Amino acid sequence: MTTVMDNAPSISPIYARRRRKNIIVRVLCVGAALFGVTWLALILFTLFWNGLAGLNMQIFTEMTPPPGSNTGGLLNAIVGSLVMTLIGVGIGAPLGMLAGTFMAEYGRHERLTSVVRFINDILLSAPSIIIGLFIYGAVVVPMGSFSAIAGALALAVIVTPVVVRTTEDMLLLVPGPLREAASALGLPRSLVIRRIAYRAARAGIITGILLGTARVAGETAPLLFTALSNQFWSLDLTGTMANLPVTINNFVQSPYEYWKQLAWAGALLITLAVLTLNIGARILGAERTSK
Amino acid sequence: MPEEGRNPSSAGGGLLARSGNARVGDRVAEMVVQGGTLEASEPFDRARALSAFKLSDNLFYWATRIAALSVLGILGGIILSLIVGAWPAMKAFGFEFLWTQRWAPSAQPQPVLGALGPIYGTLVTSFIAMLIAVPVGLGIAIFLTELCPQWLRRPIAIAVELLAGIPSIIYGMWGFFVLGPFLANTFQPFMISIFEGVPVLGAIFAGPPSYLSLFNAGLILAIMVLPFITAVSKDVFDTVPPVLKEAAYGVGCTTWEVVRNVVIPYTRVGVIGGIMLALGRALGETMAVTFIIGNSFRISSSIFAPGTTISAAIASEFAESDGLHQSGLILLGLLLFILTFFVLAAARLMLMRLETKAGK
Repeated sequence: MTTVMDNAPSISPIYARRRRKNIIVRVLCVGAALFGVTWLALILFTLFWNGLAGLNMQIFTEMTPPPGSNTGGLLNAIVGSLVMTLIGVGIGAPLGMLAGTFMAEYGRHERLTSVVRFINDILLSAPSIIIGLFIYGAVVVPMGSFSAIAGALALAVIVTPVVVRTTEDMLLLVPGPLREAASALGLPRSLVIRRIAYRAARAGIITGILLGTARVAGETAPLLFTALSNQFWSLDLTGTMANLPVTINNFVQSPYEYWKQLAWAGALLITLAVLTLNIGARILGAERTSK
Repeated sequence: MPEEGRNPSSAGGGLLARSGNARVGDRVAEMVVQGGTLEASEPFDRARALSAFKLSDNLFYWATRIAALSVLGILGGIILSLIVGAWPAMKAFGFEFLWTQRWAPSAQPQPVLGALGPIYGTLVTSFIAMLIAVPVGLGIAIFLTELCPQWLRRPIAIAVELLAGIPSIIYGMWGFFVLGPFLANTFQPFMISIFEGVPVLGAIFAGPPSYLSLFNAGLILAIMVLPFITAVSKDVFDTVPPVLKEAAYGVGCTTWEVVRNVVIPYTRVGVIGGIMLALGRALGETMAVTFIIGNSFRISSSIFAPGTTISAAIASEFAESDGLHQSGLILLGLLLFILTFFVLAAARLMLMRLETKAGK
């Protein structure tokens, strides 16, 4: 109180109180920003510090090591992750695109669309471990064994809602007159969508697919009991397949220093991949809005 | 091109003769788009072209419709497979499952399983996470929309969104290697010594310090949902029409008064929706928590004691489980799904209300 009065003797007490309150809240907000940024910077710093220390050519050329060994890399896990992510996106993205197309183009005013949109939004943030349980019950149990294809399907279930959402949003942004012009030339509906609407919304749809890929690239929980993991080189889709997230999960809790180092290196690789995909998606999105 | 112009009927006929090919519609479409050589073709060809159009049109329509229905199918499949998987445990334990604390999968003659421990852990860690993340997240969002200099806004907003995309296992690793030891060595002894002897708080902050605890898990969850809350509330705050804020500033309001009396009332529903969305994430989060929570089913009054959450219990036990034990874990999953479903549904309804308001 006194300091405020000293600085500005003419201010009324009410205004002084309001100003003081304002300053406190401003300081708290800046403090919150610093607090949040500090934690996140710390995480990234530790990740890069430990990850870069463990990163070398071995990681990309050798298989995951047996217990106690001090050599070895992550080659089979990296390849396994790539294979499962690609299959997952390969199934999830077309499915999501078609569903999004229906919602934006055919059923814009149907009740089904609003129901699907609501359910899709819930699936978008449903716990990924539940999706793992679903695939375990629906694929692993009937097949009789853990398999890479089950892991890929779990990832597909996670990709689909992301792509549905962005496809619908992007198609809704395509101006109606574009479609009307195409229809007036005699194009049937499906070709109006495929030739005109998709082309106009292409950047946005690709953004959505990239975001979906980024989302599943680091998913661990649904793979824990669908694809399991594996120490060896395997491209057999019906058997267990090594993959980065589950390998990291297993190595983190191991007693071996070298395994922990590998886990950090793997974590750095995943983070870099996810950040690259996200930034790529952002650049594409920015191009679209600047047009 | 000029050749086609000279002899349109033969060009069109030539193409349409291959109408057994599924791509004929596309070819005709190419012609329509490129200036149309179709009108000169014979009536018979036109009919075939139209029926090819109709067929591909119908196929595409049904493909999209089935894809849209499959989204509902996924939800139905999730619910169905969880119920089928959980059925033996439901029959064996009934409603007692909800308030039994004992978790003894290898007990004889049959396992004794109760969900109270994991449910308690899930709620406590999510509560701690929200207690920390909501004020801080809202603070950052206010900072970004009201206080931050213009040139700094975009970089910070982008950084926050990128951080929201980092896989949760990274947070889990960091919590396991860095945060856990740090808290056990510094923060926990400090809190324990402060509150020793205080009636209720003394029990909540009781020792001994540990790497694996409910509090550590709650804190790592808070750090994880922080970018998420920030991103959602920033988007929601951006929907406030600038005119409203300018009017308030114009009559002499301070920044805090504008936030308190204009921004928050205008966006209340959306902010709550965003918070519940984050809560949905926190409740179901697996990998960030599993490493650091200790997987202990015993309920302890201290938040520095190890515990477990539903998702952590499933993640650490499912692969080695069978029979009734596995069914019990699936039942836990079903409970988690019901819990998050309602939280997320409420969140979406609230956000939808805000959207219709913003659309008006």
